[in-house]
Amino acid sequence: MGRIPASYLMNRLSTLVLTVLIAATLIWIIPRLSGLDPASAALGRMAAGGGSVANADEILAQLRSTFGLDQPLIVQYLLYIKNTLTFDFGLSTASFPTPVATMIGNALPWTLGLMMISLIITFFIGNLLGALMVWEHTPKLWKAVIPAAMVFTSIPPILSGLLLMYVFSTQLRWFPLSGPYGLNVEPGWTLEFFSSVLYHGFLPAMSIVVVTFGFWALGMRGLMITVQGEDYTTLAKAKGLRPRYILYRYMIRNAILPQITAFALKIGLLVAGQVLVERIFAYPGMGKLLYDAILTQDYPVIQGVSFVIILMTALAVFLVDLVYPFIDPRIRHGG
Amino acid sequence: MADQNAAAPETAAPDVSGLTKAQIKRMKRFDNPWRNPKLIWGVGLLLSIVALGILGRIFWDTEMVFTGSGLPRQAPVGIENMRGQMGSWAHPLGTDVTGKDILALLIVGAPNSLYVGVLASLIGMSIGIFLGFSAGFIGGRVDDVIRVGSDVMITIPPLLILVVFQAAYGDISLTIMAMLIACFVWQSPTRLIRAQVLSMRESGYVQMARLSGASTGHIMFREMLPNLVPYLFGSFIANVTTSIVTAVGLEVLGLGPQRVPTLGRVIYDAINSGALIQNLWWWWGIPTILLAVMFIGLLLINLGLDEVSNPRLRRL
Repeated sequence: MGRIPASYLMNRLSTLVLTVLIAATLIWIIPRLSGLDPASAALGRMAAGGGSVANADEILAQLRSTFGLDQPLIVQYLLYIKNTLTFDFGLSTASFPTPVATMIGNALPWTLGLMMISLIITFFIGNLLGALMVWEHTPKLWKAVIPAAMVFTSIPPILSGLLLMYVFSTQLRWFPLSGPYGLNVEPGWTLEFFSSVLYHGFLPAMSIVVVTFGFWALGMRGLMITVQGEDYTTLAKAKGLRPRYILYRYMIRNAILPQITAFALKIGLLVAGQVLVERIFAYPGMGKLLYDAILTQDYPVIQGVSFVIILMTALAVFLVDLVYPFIDPRIRHGG
Repeated sequence: MADQNAAAPETAAPDVSGLTKAQIKRMKRFDNPWRNPKLIWGVGLLLSIVALGILGRIFWDTEMVFTGSGLPRQAPVGIENMRGQMGSWAHPLGTDVTGKDILALLIVGAPNSLYVGVLASLIGMSIGIFLGFSAGFIGGRVDDVIRVGSDVMITIPPLLILVVFQAAYGDISLTIMAMLIACFVWQSPTRLIRAQVLSMRESGYVQMARLSGASTGHIMFREMLPNLVPYLFGSFIANVTTSIVTAVGLEVLGLGPQRVPTLGRVIYDAINSGALIQNLWWWWGIPTILLAVMFIGLLLINLGLDEVSNPRLRRL
């Protein structure tokens, strides 16, 4: 890490730590301000399950000490922070006694996988289309079609998800309606399983791609307009290089770098959008977990999922900030 | 646009000889950057939502948002539903599984979604203007706190904190939801205004105003703020979009206001009742299209505003 000054690193790192701490604190404070008592909520659930609960007061006291509610607030808070930072979110109340961390651990790979795939596709498509919007050799038809496709950008992924689902799953029946893989497929490291996962993941990924590529395309368009007027582009043209070569090696290469920082600002919305897409496609990721937890009022899971997603977002922003100077040597971090 | 000729008032008329009619028209159009087609279309689309809300309340019975206003699962006019019943004019856009009239739901719900977005964005904007100016003007410790605060808050997706909030509090009103969302949309205007104020502070006209003894308030609001207007508008519209997306997200998770019809809530009900599989497309499809119209309108306004503030994007 020779090129990154220590002060910059410290700055970014402290922002990361602050973000995580503030998020954790908010998640802790909000339910407490509402006057919700997890112990009596748990007791209520027992009563609902068993009809009535004998010696309720005793159990309530027991539950209070299990949840640590008999301790002073500050101790509770510090304990919570310590637990959260070690990914110990307690036990799920709806599917008691599964640890929340286990449930998140099962859901996380699905979310990460879906997000990675849709991000990579949308980044490539978006930037390429944005560049084509400006490039002088783009076919006329493309120049008319790309801006029109841009209207999708403004739509949240849940709506595009619904539309794609309707057209391709219920009407045309090209793709499955929901689920991560086929019912008759055994999970494992087999080709069949993988192709089934890809097949099922296609529509959820597409519903994100359709609405996010425009963001990259618009950014790329602005950057390409600048690059187009640069001397090196003119020189490359004067040298008689092939237009396509100039596009890829001279223009896009220079224009694409600031796009990577734009990513850092966008990722929060992206994650939130994906939570909803997972919910409508019944994809077993964090979004589905969150939704199920909301339905069953499973607070430990809601808190755990929210925290982990915010942590992921903050980490991604941090990594982008760190990696950026290595990709773009023009950036020098002032101390 | 009958008064387009009035767009170029007293200024000397440009030399128009040798230009085609279309070119002259274009030149006139770009005399006034606020009058570009994207902006006009965008505003028009949003106004059509507002008009739906107003006209709908006059000409349609909004009491039909309640359960059992008509036969369940009726298709829109001229379309047959799965039981072979034709849609009727009693419910021009059909009904849902509990017999709520879709048109009435839209009339009440669509302006609600817009209202949440605009209110949240207005509040966020006000906070942003206040903090941005404070950070840029006062500087020092205040600036540090505000800068770090907005850096931190910009990475936290509003939806997730709000999910935690609403899961704990249950039913809330539209206004409270808007206020909660506002807590997460002040960061980008704050950063934008801070950056602009910092660069403007050293500019000639601000120095001039300061030398002539203008108060800080005067410099802030009379000298600097007018120059920020296009940026503020752009940021405002972007925030309206973010707020509506967040609000709809909450509603689709079933966490929005429970007693007030909103577009997100209609979609939530539709998904939960298996409207996709039962092919009740009008139930979720029409609210989706309406939301899409809203978002496209906002996008067009934003693109139009970009052209206002960045003349390089204005292309013939």
